[in-house]
Amino acid sequence: MSLQAARPLNPWRWLGVPLLLCIGATILLSAPIRIFGQQLPEPVFPMAPVFAWALIRPSIIAPFAILAMGLFLDFFWGGPMGLWGLSLLTGYAVVLSGRSMLTGQSRLMMWIWYVGACAVTMLAGFLFIMLDAKSTPNLIAVFWQLLATAILYPFAHRLVDRFEDADVRFR
Amino acid sequence: MAFREGPFGDLKVPLTWTAAVALIVAVVVAVALLLADRRETVQSQAYGVTRQAVDTVAAPVGGWVSAPGRWGGQFVGYVKSYFFVASENRRLKTELAQARQWQDTARKEQDLNDRFRVLLGLKVDPPIPMVSARVVTESRGPFANTRLADAGGDLKVVVGNPVMSENGLIGRVVGVSSHVSRVLLLTDVESKTPVMIDRTNARAILTGDGGPNPKLAYLRGREPVKAGDRIVTSGDGGVIPRGLPVGVAVQGLGGEWRVSLDSDRAPIDYVRILLFSDFSQVAASKSLSAGPMPPVTTEDPQGSIINTTPPAPKPGAPAAPATTATATPTPAVAKPPAAKPAAAGAAKPPLAKPPPAKPAPKPAAATPGDHR
Repeated sequence: MSLQAARPLNPWRWLGVPLLLCIGATILLSAPIRIFGQQLPEPVFPMAPVFAWALIRPSIIAPFAILAMGLFLDFFWGGPMGLWGLSLLTGYAVVLSGRSMLTGQSRLMMWIWYVGACAVTMLAGFLFIMLDAKSTPNLIAVFWQLLATAILYPFAHRLVDRFEDADVRFR
Repeated sequence: MAFREGPFGDLKVPLTWTAAVALIVAVVVAVALLLADRRETVQSQAYGVTRQAVDTVAAPVGGWVSAPGRWGGQFVGYVKSYFFVASENRRLKTELAQARQWQDTARKEQDLNDRFRVLLGLKVDPPIPMVSARVVTESRGPFANTRLADAGGDLKVVVGNPVMSENGLIGRVVGVSSHVSRVLLLTDVESKTPVMIDRTNARAILTGDGGPNPKLAYLRGREPVKAGDRIVTSGDGGVIPRGLPVGVAVQGLGGEWRVSLDSDRAPIDYVRILLFSDFSQVAASKSLSAGPMPPVTTEDPQGSIINTTPPAPKPGAPAAPATTATATPTPAVAKPPAAKPAAAGAAKPPLAKPPPAKPAPKPAAATPGDHR
């Protein structure tokens, strides 16, 4: 199959735009706003493209885009540098390794797999911060962030739907 | 010229393997960055230029993003104050009556405190200057609890400065840019703050874990704390001054002691950054180096090192130079601490004569039993 027939994906469309959208959404939810006295949730928006990118196709650029998003989260949230990059890459590696098993499943099953990938990412973050700070993070706080991230699956699904068949070599 | 039209156009590599190599390289970079990170230290250079640049850009963006929420909050506050003015007035009257009782008590205790200070010659802490700042962004996750405040190096904020809301301590500054400061909250997993239990003076380390109630670690003594005890900063280590309100002790689900933070009682929109430097440095550093140095010759050059018996002074000879040289700077060193009580005594002369008879204390209102 020639490269012309393969119709390769434009990296800007499937990597660049979701990356910028995630950064924008993260900035939006970092505002110190209370609604009925309650803080806004803090989901990890980059988790949606991380899951979708691993399913769409293996890529050389995607790991570095994930690292860039992770570094942005670390800088913007004031966390240890490299923490979110490493955690997101762990989740990406898990999904990428099970890619052939995941593709083609129903939406509900994919959602469950997405929650599993989020849990792996959070667990990685939990362990890395334990090693880095020598202190155990609060499990309830981790659970709340996992819950807030898990409801973002529709965005990941939209991204997968949009680009899954865009490159015929990876159908 | 596009890549595929060049000499490498026919180069074919297995994409899965190259993607795996890219993944491994990215992981290695992330691990190296994580190992090199030192954001929690009080060293200003540990924060890094990149973080400063990100904060400088993020602060105005956060200000714009949060502006609609701020305006909405002000509007809701205005409407609420309009509709609930009568009930608020009743509440304020009650609070005012209680505050007047406390005012009488405070005046009496202040007077007593001043007299004790003068009698004991206590050196009081100097007042701490502070700057106000608005919070523009916040992170609330389990792995990072920080805020960006819009006051930085231009207002003399430095790394390590404690930060308070109107209710209590919220954290300390860990990074400073020209107009922005990054505040590490007490709830952050890297935050460790020396505190003490107000009732027993027992020391502990307030350790954040990403949850709303940080833990009291390294508690010592028999029953050093009980539920409802006030927790204040201990001042140990000199980074944070002693006595800042932190919160109230509560017992967690696992039986460990935690602190319900005072700062959680209201949203933290504005903060006060205390421009605090270690009091021991403030009080003594200049006075210690101000006196004249002792002369180089401090012993009799004729004397033997082996013969430890000092030679008998010749009659009529002046005193040994060592004695006069060391005696001279001694008062200079000892003087500054003693000067403060003397000055205070000039303003209020309680040492010269017994304290003047106070008017009869106000009966029941002036002495409430509970001094918490």
